[in-house]
Amino acid sequence: MTATAIAVRGLRKSFGAKVVLDGLDLTVPEGTVCALLGPNGAGKTTTVDILSTLTPADAGEIRVAGHDLHREPDAVRASIALTGQFSAVDDLLTGAENLRLMADLLHLGRKEGRRRAADLLERFDLVDAADRVPSTYSGGMRRRLDLAMGLMGDPRVVFLDEPTTGLDPRSRRAMWDVVRGLVADGVTILLTTQYLEEADQLADRIGVLDAGRLVAEGTADELKRLVPGGHVRLQFSDEPALHEAARLLGLPTPEAAALALEVPGDGGVAELRTLLGRLDDARIDVAGLTVHTPDLDDVFLALTGRPTPEEVPA
Amino acid sequence: MSTLALTLDDSATMLRRNLVRAVRYPGLTVIVAAMPIVFLLLFVFVFGGTLGAGLGDPSGGRTEYLAYVVPGILVLAITGGAQGTAIGIAMDMTEGIIARFRTMSIARAAVLTGHVVGAVIQTVVGLALVVAVALLIGFRPDANAVEWLAAIGVLALTSFALSWLSVAMGLSTKTVEAASNVPMPLMLLPFFGSGFVPVESMPAGLRWFAENQPFTPIIETVRGLLTGTAIGSSGLVAIAWCAGIALVGYLWARRNYERRPAR
Repeated sequence: MTATAIAVRGLRKSFGAKVVLDGLDLTVPEGTVCALLGPNGAGKTTTVDILSTLTPADAGEIRVAGHDLHREPDAVRASIALTGQFSAVDDLLTGAENLRLMADLLHLGRKEGRRRAADLLERFDLVDAADRVPSTYSGGMRRRLDLAMGLMGDPRVVFLDEPTTGLDPRSRRAMWDVVRGLVADGVTILLTTQYLEEADQLADRIGVLDAGRLVAEGTADELKRLVPGGHVRLQFSDEPALHEAARLLGLPTPEAAALALEVPGDGGVAELRTLLGRLDDARIDVAGLTVHTPDLDDVFLALTGRPTPEEVPA
Repeated sequence: MSTLALTLDDSATMLRRNLVRAVRYPGLTVIVAAMPIVFLLLFVFVFGGTLGAGLGDPSGGRTEYLAYVVPGILVLAITGGAQGTAIGIAMDMTEGIIARFRTMSIARAAVLTGHVVGAVIQTVVGLALVVAVALLIGFRPDANAVEWLAAIGVLALTSFALSWLSVAMGLSTKTVEAASNVPMPLMLLPFFGSGFVPVESMPAGLRWFAENQPFTPIIETVRGLLTGTAIGSSGLVAIAWCAGIALVGYLWARRNYERRPAR
């Protein structure tokens, strides 16, 4: 793990008077997954647009796959693929034709183009859908075709802009498996997401983006340690049980009306077992239990001291 | 491969894509061909008797007007095709696939060239339909094979020039609706030229405009080639206009394509 796939220093970008990226620094080693986490409007998509040569930067040094983005944009383009939250497939061409279009534009030659297309259709579970147009696809299938088109060029760096936004849980998991497969092949991935869980599942390192700056960077565990939001919520059937439990756990008596108690903790299995064991030993009946794990809102609140901003159009 | 070979190869790929799209989404092509056919029938059968009498020949009438108006209708069809092209590229720009093309190492002009060449082919097919209807209702041109080829060449060149212009227009608009409106004035120009009535019948100011706008020499050249009227300097003037419009359209389109926001 010596080479650097993405190196960004002092990246700035404004649209008119609105500063979108305010001196972003980012380093992604080859063969790793970096997740940019942040709410809408934080600058995630703009970062990806700039790194994938779609939008020029105002200032900053950028190297992608060993090439200077400003001086050799075509060399960068030859090594990257972008899958955005807006599907980049041709709706009037079938799945197979879309892949063949990529093969032609990549000058792969007939045989190699067909081989890669067949390979990707197989790998992304699109064989049955190959001869249908994407308007008949589900959201997950579209996203997979989109990614497959990007992979026709055998890219070394893949940008995934909110790859699972709007997908149902099953499609999301399928997409995650695809991403893991790419990592196994040694591809470097920069992904943006609004979901801490997604970053947690996929990324080696996570950067938290807020108002165009990186406000925190680290592994998922390092970030979660910054967040005090995790707790277990216990529900009781009557007030005596509530008071007894509060006394036992050394917590101030709370929300008598709700008959609920919030116990700080990460909700791990061992911790839960201990907690329930203690209540059991004291013969306190617990009517219900929910585990609250830190989410993006908690991380965001902890890092910026304010809640996630309202949805801003990207 | 050399840069030129790569550009041609990528343009050919984009052209194939556009032709497949035109076949799968034929609505636009049909409208482009249908509009001038409706105008042809309207002008020949409703207005043709009266307008033909005004052409000056005592034997004049509907048949004579049909021969007069076909070149104007053909040029009108080209402007309709240009509108379709502007709509087509604006629709394309709303789809994410253009962003994908721009992140790929492909010739920058290929996407636009594919649209332009596809539009010319689509327009020429539309023109063939218009000519077929004209022949069916009694249009009898006296052109020989060479003159036919020359006429097709001039019309294709006109379509090429207007396609570059309309691609630029389509790229300069933010919505598909706007893209369908911007080329509208082009569709009026054949009327303010020698397309439907001789410019000599117009009042002085309008006549000056009609004589000096690009569509009049184009229409006069096609008319001369098909029906044997005098062409004079119109041929060269028409080619010069087409070259100029194509160049301006090309440069404007390239600039718009590069400057367009990411998605």
